[in-house]
Amino acid sequence: MVDRQTTSALLYLDGISVSFDGFRALNELSFIVEPGEMRAIIGPNGAGKTTMMDVITGKTRPDSGDVYFQEGTVDLSKLDETEIAELGIGRKFQKPTVFEMHTVEDNLQLALKNDRGVRATLLWRSSADQERRIDALLDRVRLKPLRSRVAGSLSHGQKQWLEIAMLLAQDPKLLLVDEPVAGMTDVETMQTAELLKEINRHHTVVVVEHDMAFVRELGVKVTCLHEGSVLAEGSIDDVSTDERVVEVYLGR
Amino acid sequence: MRALYDRITALVFALGLLIAVAVPVPSAAGPYEDALAGFTTDDFADTFDAIDAVVASGNPLATPVLEALQDSRLQFSAAEKKVFIKTKDAALLDAATGQPAAGPPPADLENVRLNNRLRGALNGAIGALTLMAPDPARRLSAAQSVFRTRDATVLPAVEKALEAETNARVKKALNEARAAIIVLAEDSSADDKIAAIAVIRERSDQESLALMAGLPANLAPEVRAAATDAVAKIQSNLAIWRTVQNFWYGLSLGSVLLLAAIGLAITFGVMGVINMAHGEMVMLGAYTTYVVQEFIRTRFPELFDYSLAFALPLAFMFAGAVGILIERTVIRYLYGRPLETLLATWGISLVLMQAVRAVFGPTNKEVGNPSWMSGAFDLGGILITYNRMWIIIFTGIVFVALLAMLRYTRLGLEMRAVTQNRQMAAAVGIRTARIDALTFGLGSGIAGIAGVALSQIDNVSPNLGQGYIIDSFMVVVFGGVGNLWGTLVGALTLGIANKFLEPFAGAVLAKIAILVFIILFIQKRPRGMFALKGRAIEA
Amino acid sequence: MLTSRHPLIHLLDRGAVLFLVLLGAFAIAIPVLNLLVPAESGFHVSTYLVSLFGKYVCYGLLALSIDLIWGYVGILSLGHGAFFALGGYAMGMYLMRQIGTRGVYADPILPDFMVFLNWKELPFFWYFFDHFAYAALMVLLVPGLLAFVFGWFAFRSRVTGVYLSIITQALTYALLLAFFRNDFGFGGNNGLTDFKDILGFNVQSEATRNSLFFISCLMLAICFLICRAIVTSKFGKVLVAIRDAESRTRFLGYRVEAYKLFVFTLSACMAGIAGALYVPQVGIINPGEFAPANSIEAVIWVAVGGRGTLTGAVLGAFVVNYAKTYFTSGFLAEYWLFMLGALFIGTTLFMPRGIIGTYNHWRANRAERKDAERDGAPPLASPSAAE
Repeated sequence: MVDRQTTSALLYLDGISVSFDGFRALNELSFIVEPGEMRAIIGPNGAGKTTMMDVITGKTRPDSGDVYFQEGTVDLSKLDETEIAELGIGRKFQKPTVFEMHTVEDNLQLALKNDRGVRATLLWRSSADQERRIDALLDRVRLKPLRSRVAGSLSHGQKQWLEIAMLLAQDPKLLLVDEPVAGMTDVETMQTAELLKEINRHHTVVVVEHDMAFVRELGVKVTCLHEGSVLAEGSIDDVSTDERVVEVYLGR
Repeated sequence: MRALYDRITALVFALGLLIAVAVPVPSAAGPYEDALAGFTTDDFADTFDAIDAVVASGNPLATPVLEALQDSRLQFSAAEKKVFIKTKDAALLDAATGQPAAGPPPADLENVRLNNRLRGALNGAIGALTLMAPDPARRLSAAQSVFRTRDATVLPAVEKALEAETNARVKKALNEARAAIIVLAEDSSADDKIAAIAVIRERSDQESLALMAGLPANLAPEVRAAATDAVAKIQSNLAIWRTVQNFWYGLSLGSVLLLAAIGLAITFGVMGVINMAHGEMVMLGAYTTYVVQEFIRTRFPELFDYSLAFALPLAFMFAGAVGILIERTVIRYLYGRPLETLLATWGISLVLMQAVRAVFGPTNKEVGNPSWMSGAFDLGGILITYNRMWIIIFTGIVFVALLAMLRYTRLGLEMRAVTQNRQMAAAVGIRTARIDALTFGLGSGIAGIAGVALSQIDNVSPNLGQGYIIDSFMVVVFGGVGNLWGTLVGALTLGIANKFLEPFAGAVLAKIAILVFIILFIQKRPRGMFALKGRAIEA
Repeated sequence: MLTSRHPLIHLLDRGAVLFLVLLGAFAIAIPVLNLLVPAESGFHVSTYLVSLFGKYVCYGLLALSIDLIWGYVGILSLGHGAFFALGGYAMGMYLMRQIGTRGVYADPILPDFMVFLNWKELPFFWYFFDHFAYAALMVLLVPGLLAFVFGWFAFRSRVTGVYLSIITQALTYALLLAFFRNDFGFGGNNGLTDFKDILGFNVQSEATRNSLFFISCLMLAICFLICRAIVTSKFGKVLVAIRDAESRTRFLGYRVEAYKLFVFTLSACMAGIAGALYVPQVGIINPGEFAPANSIEAVIWVAVGGRGTLTGAVLGAFVVNYAKTYFTSGFLAEYWLFMLGALFIGTTLFMPRGIIGTYNHWRANRAERKDAERDGAPPLASPSAAE
């Protein structure tokens, strides 16, 4: 492992362990994500994928280990969710969570990179520039006709896209995307893969996904987690033929 | 106050003796008869001497005579030089023989009169007489009474009794009584006084402290030193017992809190529902006890001591049934909306309180203690009441039973599963709806039996539950959810902390301090001391 | 929607305008009917009724403050009565100091209860309460400060949901116990009463009572507009976002605790104002106002009217309190608690949106159907009863 002082990595995890009442969700997990990279994380249920995201975004504190951001300059384990989000790490949840009572447009407005302070939102006025940015985002995720619909009335796939659009609105340095294609049709899945690839042109992305076809479609470096640590890392073809990976997936 | 108390105890024991000495004694001129003559002169000084002489005579009739004197039933005839005891039913006995007076009553019959000085002497005299009573309990009481009155005139009687005494406890009490007299007597030697102080120091209670504090100023230096030393020793002893006592009271309060809160903890743990009507389940249990007792009192009074044994299962079943009814008709429609459940159950609590008020009236109901739950005993320096003791024991039994139920039964297993991860439990085939109903019934049932226990120490009124609900919440919040041990530790900690704060801050401030502490504590540990962890819980 | 239209249009939608017009009419009509219509006329409103309605308006303001945090941020405070009562006590202290030598003991400085308790001098926390401006400041500051400190601890530690409700209840309960104590310095269980005048006007006089009523209506209108401004701003959108998906809002980079703290403190100040206006109209403030039951009852007003609607909260306070006055004064008094209990259960089970919420929902559905019939245009956003 590279020393954190000299790392060029955007995200640097070293020896992370987390346990809940004796159950080890993460066990000495280490891996790094380079700037501009797109990384796919796979692994069976309980491998620690979501807990890993929780650690990166500050929802769960690691029992031990280091989490650094931006070439080892920022210690994420000292910050809370809000600070980490402001630093430029956006997260899409496994279950799509959009603000159901707000319109599609308001959802994006809330996500748009802006002053998040109490005073700023109290005195906030819309501007033409923001309107344009929202328009652009809506175009990108094909939700423009639905801009004044209440988010709660969207279909599952539309919510997934809205959430990705919200991520983009935040304009983060790093996007964490948890199971973006769960419950999508094949067509939607392929469209989402395209969308993520497009996003990757300007952002670093970490995708957690079960869907192997989707991961293959992304065509990026894959990390396979098992019982809280890295089991294998490499191209999708390397990983899917790795004997240990086959074993944990098929239970041979 | 104390004089009155002494008088009453003396009276009680004298009355007892009156019955004991039913056998008349043959009369023969002797010290007793001579002593009686002193009552016939209608002179306070003579009466005073006569009282002492009667005591000194050792005649078994002495007690009834003095007792009659105290009650203004001792009469004399100056002309015949005879003294009579007028019994309660107005018969006249010859004081010399104890036999009914022969012939018509003398014409000049008059009461022997008393003044305050005589009354004081009389109390001491009767106390001294009782020191020789056949019943050890009565002797013990008399000795303690002497310790309090410190009447120097009974010293000979105490010493006489001490020689004859065989019972260790009575002997100790007599020794203390003797020491109390000696320490205050002006004519006893310094050595005797120091020895006496040593005896009193061993006694180590408020009374001995008061005695030491009341010593006259003109003591010999070495006696003074011994007394100062004794005071320090007694005070430190008392402090220890006070701590023990606070601990005991705290334990008692804690077990009451535990009883009231444990059902709440279970329902909150399993269902994530705060039942604001939980206190009313406690109240229903208390009213069940009342109804059962009324029934037994009117139909089978001889079973009264067993009334709680009937009330317990009935209260459990009744409160449990009401709980299940509430769950099935209201709460199950509100799952996933915990705040609205709070409001709906508050509404239920209002309805239940008003319903009980309508049926039983708004006033307190009398619920009696069975004989085995009333009274108290001394344990070292503290007084332990039976009802508190039984409630602590009962709480322990309930706690262990519940723990065993959760650990070893199928229902317990399923309840624990639902507590930890509802979705997963449902996925493996646990019928969560049934578990919810049963859990709610169980929690309410336990509240019901808590009500049986509380009916023994608190007023049974429609507002009974309201008094416990906030404290129960605090226990649950403090102890954490989903773990009975947390509830146990939470309840006992709060109970004991409360009782230790009370002497410094007073009951109300102690309570406020505890509430503020919990409000701050929950900031530090938002899910209590014994919180479950894991992704499923936090989600 | 946040965009495109003028902010005033958001602030004053049809419901808000209707509310303000009705409130204004009420504020003018009641004093007119009391002062100008002769007593023998059927339209005359007695002075008793003026104060009764004034009391309702104060309750309406309390309900409004609860709706702001419960309806829009999902904070169910079961201790808002504490802020109401603290505001009331601050006003009560001013009114006590105004009594001066007209008290039973005629002490120019000490209120009667202090003389009765043999106190020799005024406790420091009673200083300056003879100045109205200072008292008015305290009406805002004391509840606001308590809410700020309490909220700062609670929200930073992410105490939410029923836990928060329970400790707010503990908070008001602790204050209840404290204010019952004589040595706490606020009149013990008798509280503060026997007020004589306010700003030099006799509190008993018709003119004062009508003025107090009118001022209560005015304060309600002002606070309503403040609430509207908040909930229609982007800030308000963030509040709703917190209510519906708190951790999502956090991951978007919003400092949730700051938002909650701001709105909780503001809400406590409004409750304090309500209490301060309430006290001179009912003529007494005592520790009973801190009873947890009072706070919970105030929550049900909001639930009945419809939470997350603001107007509904005020309507609920009026309806429930009118019913309470009506039923507790007649032969039905015994059944009032049954009815109140049933109201709690029935509202949560059968009408979780409340009166206004249900109406809005019905209208939104109808509009949606009409739109669908016409051209499938997007439906209106409707306030709803999500947790």
